[in-house]
Amino acid sequence: MKNIEVPALARVEGEGGLYIGLENGKAVEIRLDIYEPPRFFEGFLRDRFLQEVPDITARICGICPVAYQMSAAYALENALGVKISPHARALRRLMYCGEYIESHALHIYMLQAPDLLGKESALELAAEAPEVVKKALRLKKIGNELLKAIGGRSVHPVNVCVGGFYSWPDTKAIKDLLPDLEWGLQAALDTVKLALTFEYPFLEIDYEFVALHHPDEYGVIEGDILSSKGRKLSIAEYETGYIEEHVRHSNALHSHTVDSNTYMVGPLARLNLNHEQLLPNAKKALQESGVQLPIRNPYKSLIARGIELVHFYEEAIQLVKEYKPTGSAHVELKLKAGEGAGATEAPRGLLYHRYKIDGNGMVQFAKITPPTAQNLPRIEADLFALTPRIINMPEAQATLTAEHLVRSYDPCISCATHFLKLKVEEK
Amino acid sequence: MKHKKPTVAVYKFSSCDGCQLSILNMEDELLNLADAIDIAFFLEATRAQRPGPYDIAIVEGSITTPHEIERIKEVRAQAKTVIALGTCATAGGIQALRNFADADEYANVVYAHPEYLHYLKTATPIAEHILVDLELWGCPVNKAQVIEVIVALLNNRRPNLPPHSVCLECKRRNTTCVIVDKGIPCIGPATQAGCGAICPAMGRGCYGCFGPAREVNTNSMAAMLQKLERYPGETVRLFRGISGYAPTFRTIADEVLSTSKEAK
Repeated sequence: MKNIEVPALARVEGEGGLYIGLENGKAVEIRLDIYEPPRFFEGFLRDRFLQEVPDITARICGICPVAYQMSAAYALENALGVKISPHARALRRLMYCGEYIESHALHIYMLQAPDLLGKESALELAAEAPEVVKKALRLKKIGNELLKAIGGRSVHPVNVCVGGFYSWPDTKAIKDLLPDLEWGLQAALDTVKLALTFEYPFLEIDYEFVALHHPDEYGVIEGDILSSKGRKLSIAEYETGYIEEHVRHSNALHSHTVDSNTYMVGPLARLNLNHEQLLPNAKKALQESGVQLPIRNPYKSLIARGIELVHFYEEAIQLVKEYKPTGSAHVELKLKAGEGAGATEAPRGLLYHRYKIDGNGMVQFAKITPPTAQNLPRIEADLFALTPRIINMPEAQATLTAEHLVRSYDPCISCATHFLKLKVEEK
Repeated sequence: MKHKKPTVAVYKFSSCDGCQLSILNMEDELLNLADAIDIAFFLEATRAQRPGPYDIAIVEGSITTPHEIERIKEVRAQAKTVIALGTCATAGGIQALRNFADADEYANVVYAHPEYLHYLKTATPIAEHILVDLELWGCPVNKAQVIEVIVALLNNRRPNLPPHSVCLECKRRNTTCVIVDKGIPCIGPATQAGCGAICPAMGRGCYGCFGPAREVNTNSMAAMLQKLERYPGETVRLFRGISGYAPTFRTIADEVLSTSKEAK
């Protein structure tokens, strides 16, 4: 097979390339080249006031700013020993529902589905199947509308603070979302049915899945960090189980477990570990799908995203119905020196933050481990496993199958840079 | 007579993707937009890529690597009209905070092997490197303003963008002034309108993500803000934030810093 080169991966968030080095028809070297420039967030977070942190970390990622705000807020609340009110906690879950809906609808329909339908983009798909794309856009829009109602805008919303929220969103604006959310739940159920009609490339990997697990709810904002290999750590213990490393070809850091294993975070990890906590409609959709857990085919993350889309629409409906501003939206902070870790589930996987602050609330140290940094070594290992299957394909199909694999992880390269180019080369 | 649709290329430099996402977030307008313009290059949305020249280049992000300096020149050479989209492209964005510090030290803090990295010591706006035809501020940009800019370009007219500060947006939505009413530090009076004054509406101060408004009295503002500070150095940090490298904000932050040092 001759050289394949994709200078820049499309339909991913951020910039990177992929290199597959072949020798006698076998992959000898695989690299995800992250040329997304470093932006040094952990550097300039130092000496900023703690209440500025959620606004700054949001700017790490335009697609999942809420995740960056939430992990930061929880970490800093832990540093101060503060617990937010149950009503603020419910609103944080509702806000996260908005981000999951927006991000998953975008990824399912606009980033990954074109690969399964042989299209270059959702816009190309729109020429053939305008109704599908219109439905997709409405599914996504409702997530954005929910974010706007709570946070003022969908990208870099402005209402999350350390201690809760700056203010309670207008009750009518929240309740008015109900008819759209109810439409969305049905459309999400249709999305799962559509996802089951796609023919996915074959790949089965015995992954170590890692996700936040909460006994009483689908793990998103609090709980323990659970691994499918049995490791269970509190959020504060995360760094004892998972280690980040800097590798030469990448502006992103790469993570592995303490036993030097690669691991997967994201929708497959969550669904495989937390399916018992799904809400009834999502659980039923999973049962009726006939899909056997654990799902070990990375391309089938799309099905997991579909099930989660149902779950988060369902949870949003529940939380909107129950929404009732009660007391202050935030607790008053008493500044003191301290250190705290926070981890929440971004749509693309576990997002860990740790901060040290001084007695004036100034950040002394920041550490951020994004989901894509944790998935990068796993994506490279998957590409190794995939190479024998694609090596005899026509060049264009081989390239597309490898690119599709990377895209199925929903990599967020801007986040991980602290990611991609497909280049297959015969040495 | 049917006109040929203008070709549009969307590029990303150092950024979070949020402003490009604002284009994909035009859920009600995206399909109509795709009818009115010919999207020739937009990596976040499509694999399809057609070579330039293009009628319009939309650029997100700031210039932070030696390679980006070369790339932005190619963008200019390929496009009739260049639009800088968002506060990274117009003022350097949040990553321009390195301009006030030692980028090498930051690299040491974040990376075990800074020698693997290629970066510039500064993050700079697009207009510092090439001629930019139109700047649209915001972190992120307001998608209604993006539509206005594209519609104006298609109709060969000047886009209608508000010249006033965030204050007027507060008045329009009947938000009581957070400075006057609650004594909360806010740089809305010095910040360009466009966001809809969402921060004051949430009971918090504006932190300047749409960049400086024109002809603002930052000296008088800084004097007032320093009296309202909730923690030492808040005034400097408010100006030296998302749009901190924009000349107006940069100057006032520098002045406040040098006077407070003298006072010590």
